[in-house]
Amino acid sequence: MILGKVVGTVWATRKDEQLVGMKLQLVRELGLDGKLKSKFVVAVDSVGAGVGETVLFAQGSSARQTELTRNKPVDAVITAIVDKFDTK
Amino acid sequence: MNLGKVVGKVWATQKCPGLYGKRLLFIQPLSFGGHVLGDPIVSLDTVGAGTGDMVIYVSSMEATIPFKPELVPTDATIVGITDRVDHEAMIPKPWSRSRDHEAVIPKP
Repeated sequence: MILGKVVGTVWATRKDEQLVGMKLQLVRELGLDGKLKSKFVVAVDSVGAGVGETVLFAQGSSARQTELTRNKPVDAVITAIVDKFDTK
Repeated sequence: MNLGKVVGKVWATQKCPGLYGKRLLFIQPLSFGGHVLGDPIVSLDTVGAGTGDMVIYVSSMEATIPFKPELVPTDATIVGITDRVDHEAMIPKPWSRSRDHEAVIPKP
């Protein structure tokens, strides 16, 4: 998983019907120095993360390992809201 | 799989049910010579690795296999703690039998 920050929300009324009911958040990758990176993903939010929160997100097929995104066309999901992290 | 070094920890109370009770560790991927390669990633831990350990981690969908049949949305999981890496290109000095893998791989 990668550290990221929710910077926005993506709305799409016309979309694959399997994505209905999913909250699509715009998540930018966060460096350990706190600087936002240019890489971002549109991730399905399964933990109720709000804009501005530091989160973890999983990518690839692993993103389908939640009740919400099982067998859905999703390859990025927010898995956790980070309380604290430290790196030596 | 890849080699990496555990460099930190993440605390998160609000998370997917699949992550409950599992440790979230920061891994610094290492290049061939043991130097820093890219940015640290966050991974789950199945072997009790601690900060400073050199570990073997598996990524993408296969990272969820250690937790089967539980639904765990992880794309990186530590599956081993490295004791030693033997490879002729890595060993600067004549063949060393040292147990300390740090001696074999220069410090990142």
